[in-house]
Order: sequence, then C-alpha cells, then structure tokens
Amino acid sequence: MNLAPALTVENLSFAYGGKPALTAVGFVVEPGQCAVLLGPNGAGKSTLFSLITRLYDTRQGRIALCGYDIKQQSRQALARLGVVFQQSTLDMDLTVMQNLMYHAKLHGMSGKLAKQRIQDELERLNMFERRFEPVRLLNGGHRRRAEIARALLHEPAVLLLDEPTVGLDVPSRQDLVEHVHQLVQTRQLAVLWASHLIDEIYRQDRIIVLHQGHIKAQGTVDEVLAVTATVSVKDAFYALTQGGQA
Amino acid sequence: MRILHYWRAMSGITGRELLRFVKQRERFISALVRPLVWLFVFAAGFRAALGIAITPPYETYILYEVYITPGLLGMIQLFNGMQSSFSMVYDREMGSMRMLMVSPLPRWFLLFSKLLAGTAVSVLQAYVFLVIAWFYDIQAPWAGYGWVFPALMLSGLMLGALGLLLSSFIRQLENFAGVMNFVIFPMFFMSTALYPLWKLKESSEFLHNLALYNPFSQAVELIRFALYGQFNQYAFIYTLVAFIIFMVTAIIGYNPSKGMMTRKGGAG
Repeated sequence: MNLAPALTVENLSFAYGGKPALTAVGFVVEPGQCAVLLGPNGAGKSTLFSLITRLYDTRQGRIALCGYDIKQQSRQALARLGVVFQQSTLDMDLTVMQNLMYHAKLHGMSGKLAKQRIQDELERLNMFERRFEPVRLLNGGHRRRAEIARALLHEPAVLLLDEPTVGLDVPSRQDLVEHVHQLVQTRQLAVLWASHLIDEIYRQDRIIVLHQGHIKAQGTVDEVLAVTATVSVKDAFYALTQGGQA
Repeated sequence: MRILHYWRAMSGITGRELLRFVKQRERFISALVRPLVWLFVFAAGFRAALGIAITPPYETYILYEVYITPGLLGMIQLFNGMQSSFSMVYDREMGSMRMLMVSPLPRWFLLFSKLLAGTAVSVLQAYVFLVIAWFYDIQAPWAGYGWVFPALMLSGLMLGALGLLLSSFIRQLENFAGVMNFVIFPMFFMSTALYPLWKLKESSEFLHNLALYNPFSQAVELIRFALYGQFNQYAFIYTLVAFIIFMVTAIIGYNPSKGMMTRKGGAG
C-alpha cells in the first residue's frame, strides 16, 4: 500500500530566462481529491503542467507522483499519470479505437488487456458504439470523452486536466465535470484540474489559486472563503488576484 | 516484462505512422510525384547532355535515368525525414509529441521509435518508386531489391535523425520552405545524387569536396551499391557514424533540461 500522496509539488520555482514563472509553489493532492487550479491567464498554470508532464525539467523544487520523483524515477512516476491536454492530441485521421490502442501500447498493455480496458472506459462514457468512427467526425464533446477514456486506460492514480472544457457547449461541459467528479469518488482518483471557470468547482473540491506564479490561497472551498472573508468563490478569486480576469 | 513493454511501444508507434500514411492519400501521392517528375522529365531531358562513363557499381554504360534512380530514392528519404521531423514539432502534431513524451519510457527510446517509424514510411515510399521505375525499364538485379532494404533503413534513419536534430535546435527554420532552401536543396544538389564525383571535379574542385563530405552523398552511394548487390563499406561507415552523431545530438536537444523545449518557453 502506497501511503504517499498521489501528487506532491514542493517548493517549485521556474523561470524563463530571467523571468520567474513560478515561485515556491507547493501543494499536495491526495487520492480521492479533486484539486482545481484557478488562475488568470499568465498565472503559471501551463508552466506547472509542463513541469509535471516533464516537458520542462524541474530545477528548483520537487514533483512526485505516488512518492516517485518525476526526475529521478520518471518511468514509475509517469506510469501513474494520465493527462488531458488543453489542445486535442487525438489523431484526426484515425478511429477512436486506433487512437486508444496506440496509447495502450505506449503503456505496454497486451492486446487483450487493451481491448478490455478500452471497452470498459468507452462504455462508461457512452462512447463504445462510436469506437470505429474516425475522430474527425466526432463533435467536440465526444472527442473530449475519448481523450478522458484514453487518459484512464492505464488506470493512473493522478489525472491532469488542462482546461478540458474549453470550446465545449454547456451540456457537454456539465457531463464532463460530472463524470470527473464521479471518478474521483468511485475510484479514489486524484485530479488536478486547471480551469478558469468557477462554476466547474464542486463544494467538496480543493482550490489552489495561482497568481503571477505564486499560490495565493489553497484549501477547501470553505477554507478559502473563510480566509478571504468572502461568500462566493468568484469573490474570493477576485480578491486574491486583485481583479485579475477569471 | 520491460522488453515486452518496449516492443509493444515501438510497434504501436510504427503502426500508427504507417496507418496515418496510408490514410493520408495526398501525402502518399505527393511523395511519389516529386521523384517521378525528376525521373520522367529531368532525367529524360538530361540523358543526351550527360554521358556517364562506366563507374562502379555499374558494369556497362548506363542511361542517366539509371544513374539518377538511387539519388531519387535518397531524395524521397530526405524529404520524408525532414517533413516528419518538422511536422512533429511545429505543426498540430506538437500535442501528440507531448502525449508521446509522457509515456513511461526513456525519451531516447521514444525518439528512436518515432524515427524508426518515419523511416519505415520512407522505405515503403522508396519501394513503390522502385516498382514504378521497374516498369519504366530501370531494372536492378533481383537480389539488389533485397540488399537495398538495409541500406534504405540506415539512410532513412540518418536523414530522419538529421531532421530531428535540426528541429530541436534551429528555431529559424520553423517553416518547411526554409528547410527546403537551406537544407534539402543544398544537400541534394551538392551530392552524388545527380552527377558522379568525377564529373563534379571536372567543373569545380570545391563542389567536389562538398559533395564528397556530404553525408547525403554517402547515403546515396550506399543505396546505389546495395541496389546492385554490392557493399560499399566506406559509405556504410560514413552513414552510420553520421546517424549516431545526429541521433545523440538530437536526444540532447530533446532533453528537458538542456534542449530547446526550455528555451522555447511558453505562456501561462
């Protein structure tokens, strides 16, 4: 039994050239928690995601997944990570099945296991009957669902979502938010969700407010409201980012 | 179990690349039209102007079309190598590259697999070209069609690795037109693809030296000899060493702490 937090970020700083993008950022996401990372544009959300997914190297501070250091034990760490990037990373010319099968192979799954896992995940999202459709023919909501199914194929402990609802219509957005929160509860998945849409936050979620590379507040919704002496997340966010656009 | 994981990942990456290639018909056709135009139009026109003396691996006088065929195979691979590497980084593929890089495998292995997949596509293109050339009466000995396979693999890897290396370090060459002007055309024209070395020497000693040390020349010579069932050791070693140097440098370029990913920066 691994007792380490699902995601640990410790004292993380990062700069582009001399310009700091993140300064001493630290937080923890436990299994069964959904942490919403709120921040205006330019707050450092993308940089943080790039560091967790190892696009950039961590120079100051530490990132660990289930106790595995992303730099020292990157393979063990990455095996526990599922990611949905902001921009679609599906192959438009291939079918849903072919896209998911590719991901399963990258994670070393056997054909039989992959097929079973793909069926499980797609059925859960009501996408199984669309498995042979080329991605190009799917609407935005269905593409996102396919990406979520893909990110969960290898049963990760941590799911990173980088503004996954951008460009979706209201019903698709609600479906997705609902589905992810269900996963958190039923599977004890740890989720780090970058967003700027305050209505996507559930009462039981944790909030991390990032502004100009600094964490301005973190905790449960109630804790953040108490600290900022506000009555809504919107007001709290406004107070913390001094009017920075949500 | 780990070896099985590596194997599955590599087959997945190669399978995806081949599948994509087959589904993108325009890419397939344009990849073939380019060398065919050179063969049917350029080479036919130059047939009269250029006399080719008997040089190894050829044992008789040959038509210019026959001489140029290995060079055109190299051209297919040169374009393919540059195209796949650059689209990988700068086009919409950036996303799928990120997807690849978060797989739980070492980065060098992922890059190598990606390179191998691109090479497999270029070898496929090369064979389709050879079949068309066969009907145009450019026919090598049967065994040559087998021997040319490892030669095409190595030359494809070397040119793909060069593309990978350029894509990781040079920001100015972000669009493909730049790559055409500054990499593909100079490499192609300053090589033995279109004219033999001795012919170049007749006109310019400087050009001759450039062609001699151009790794593309050696890749073309490797293909040329293999197609006639012969092994050109010098070309083989030269191409292999070039591949290793390009590949190692490209891996350094894609290292998150050293390469361009950090320098490129990003918003947010």
